Amino acid sequence: MEQLLIDLAAVLAAASPLVIAAMGETLSERAGVINLSLDGTMLLSAMTGFAVALITGNLILGFIAAALVGALVAAVLGLFSLTLGQSQTAVGFVLALLCTDLSSFLGAPFARVPGPSVPFTPIPVLSDLPVFGPLFFRHDPVIYASLLIVPFTAFLLYGTRLGLIVRALGERPAAVYARGVDVTRWRYAMLIAGGALVGIAGAAFSLDLKQGWSYRHTFGSGWIVLAIVIFGGWRPWRVALGCYLFAALELVATRSQSALPDIPTQIVQVAPFVLMILVLALVNLAASPAAARQVMRLPAFWQRPLLAAINRLRATAPAALGQPFERP
Amino acid sequence: MHIAVEHLTKRFGAVCANDRLTISFAAGQIHGVLGENGAGKSTLMKLLAGYLQPDEGRILFDHAPRRLSGPGDALAVGVGMVHQEPLDIPAFTALENLLCAAPPGVFRSRRAAQTALQELAERLGFPVDPAARLDQLTVGQRQQIEIMRLLLCGARVLILDEPTTGITAAQARSLFTALRQIAAEGRTVLFVSHKLEEVAELCHTVTVLRNGQVVPPGQLPMPQPQEYLLSLMFGEAGAEPPIYRPLPLIDAPPVWELHRVTARSGTLQLVDLNHRFAAGRIIGLAGLDGSGQQVLLRLLAGQLAPDRGRVLVNGRDLTGAGPIAFRQAGIEYLPADRLRDGMIGALSLTDHFALLQGRGALVDRRAAEEAARQAIAEYQIKATPITPIAALSGGNQQRAMLALVPPDARGILAEQPTRGLDVASARAIWGRLQARRDAGCCVIFASPDLDEIMEYSDEVIVCFAGRIGPPIPRALLSSARLAELIGGVGFDALVEAVA
Repeated sequence: MEQLLIDLAAVLAAASPLVIAAMGETLSERAGVINLSLDGTMLLSAMTGFAVALITGNLILGFIAAALVGALVAAVLGLFSLTLGQSQTAVGFVLALLCTDLSSFLGAPFARVPGPSVPFTPIPVLSDLPVFGPLFFRHDPVIYASLLIVPFTAFLLYGTRLGLIVRALGERPAAVYARGVDVTRWRYAMLIAGGALVGIAGAAFSLDLKQGWSYRHTFGSGWIVLAIVIFGGWRPWRVALGCYLFAALELVATRSQSALPDIPTQIVQVAPFVLMILVLALVNLAASPAAARQVMRLPAFWQRPLLAAINRLRATAPAALGQPFERP
Repeated sequence: MHIAVEHLTKRFGAVCANDRLTISFAAGQIHGVLGENGAGKSTLMKLLAGYLQPDEGRILFDHAPRRLSGPGDALAVGVGMVHQEPLDIPAFTALENLLCAAPPGVFRSRRAAQTALQELAERLGFPVDPAARLDQLTVGQRQQIEIMRLLLCGARVLILDEPTTGITAAQARSLFTALRQIAAEGRTVLFVSHKLEEVAELCHTVTVLRNGQVVPPGQLPMPQPQEYLLSLMFGEAGAEPPIYRPLPLIDAPPVWELHRVTARSGTLQLVDLNHRFAAGRIIGLAGLDGSGQQVLLRLLAGQLAPDRGRVLVNGRDLTGAGPIAFRQAGIEYLPADRLRDGMIGALSLTDHFALLQGRGALVDRRAAEEAARQAIAEYQIKATPITPIAALSGGNQQRAMLALVPPDARGILAEQPTRGLDVASARAIWGRLQARRDAGCCVIFASPDLDEIMEYSDEVIVCFAGRIGPPIPRALLSSARLAELIGGVGFDALVEAVA
């Protein structure tokens, strides 16, 4: 029991950068823009955040710098795709490669240098609660933020008028335009806000989870976040669940390394990615129309609950995702 | 609200879509705007609703000139436009769609918006479920919700662009009732259409556009003789009435035979179909949207495999053989959504003929281009052999799709063959389909337009709630009786009488 709590708390902590990045990506994709540069942005902002915090000695400045880098990369993506009408995926992919290489080039002086990190700040009183205390209230501010950002994003998208506009931007921008909203300006806003979150997620790696900076520091987590957002159906809670599942798989992999020392480390490092993609693909297969057709062959007694489950699992992409907006 | 335009001009490149238009529309009336495709109706409406900005001239709202920066600005002034395909958000519920980007201060809360929506729905006689997702609704229901959204957001002028395309006859009737009510409350309604009967039934005045100009200058009070309006719309060419040629219903060989067929698509199930569809006639499928017409067409095209029973084409058992086998047996399917399911928008007519060549690895471009040229001449398609299909007008796309049907086709399945076409194009299409029929083809078509069913069918099949009625010879059917059958009145008796 004790060990389980410690493991679960470790999963919450390990997933914190993923969750923050995934919420940022969810926001911009809900508004119809794919920010494919996510992995590169995370690396560049992780490096920048660490460097700034190291030089100034101020953690807050490090996070602000990281957020600015994320916002800047998103703004460049917006300039090419939203203003100049180029393919979001092509520009995003090039930016991902560019930022990755920039991070290792510019970050060379900071590689493997000890630096500042976010302090452990258990919350008084609450951290003494049984079960909940060790699980939720003995962390640091970044992890608290990652726990709060999920309900915040869900509320923003589903509980506010701004959320209605954001979702409509991703579904049918022409309809939003017809209602008098400047589509391009709002898509920029959501893309840049999402980019800033991705930047903060990068700094959450270099200043908190994997303190310091090294070549390819985040080890491709950005790409898995992109997959999680897609298979999570662009819904904040499900996307967050995917991030926690991935962190759990990573924990299991690390454990198995000490238990089974014969397995090469490369396999241990890669296994969570493969397993995650497999899980996501299986969930999507279960929610597909093909599965629904198979269910129709079952006895009537099973049909209703199974179809209801499939309907709940099914996630359709925002209809205008990745498409340029043309005035009707 | 009184609305007027003065010397309004809009050019697209060298084309003058609106040429110094001067018209005014009085408040409290329904104004018809007639014209064939490309006459400039849509451009004028988009100028009034802020989607386009004029090159010259001005628009006056209640006698005060005002430049509109966009559709949001137009709605703030009080002009709302209902597009042919409603500009709503399909993934949203009716209530979310209403709240999305509503002008500030209109709805204080979700509850207030829901109450307002339900009250208005009651007043206009539209059934509405605020929690229903729009993509589960028909075009007609989405149109009703869009009208209510615009009214609740403060529209005092309502522009409807071809509102009766794609909606059922019953929905059109309820729309007309609501529009009369809206006009009676002092609002202005602009009703854009190319259906003369509807304009005659509904409108107080009519404005006819031809080649970007108002002919004759100014509004005409309704009623006007139909042939006069037709001659205004098309010049002298379009005024010839359609010819109905009753065909002797000889005992022709069947193209399709269905034996005890059961098929399912989505929630709709067709049970125990026993039909034969004979060569050399046009069969119209009538019914409310989603009563089984589409399922039947897809079943006959081989796109839907039956769960039980046998499907015979020209005497051969093709049960579950798939659409390719059906095409090889001479069955052609012309879908309603031409550019999504019918043709490939980026490819030209030549490319389409090249696709049909089928055998060998190389394309015989010369033969394909020759075929395209012939089709263009024969079907009077306004295009060159290398124009992308997407660049053609709806009528020309439909003609191109028909031209691609091989000459030895035995059965043609057409879903709404004249959807979105003007009167002249629709007549041209029907001329072609009748020629196919006379050549021994069996043409089965579905249409929400009862007049079209009555005008062109040799036999009519009524679909009601997933049940497919027996074929009724056109000569034995009246419009009133057909409308009753579609609503299910006397449908059981009809089925039993045949059984």
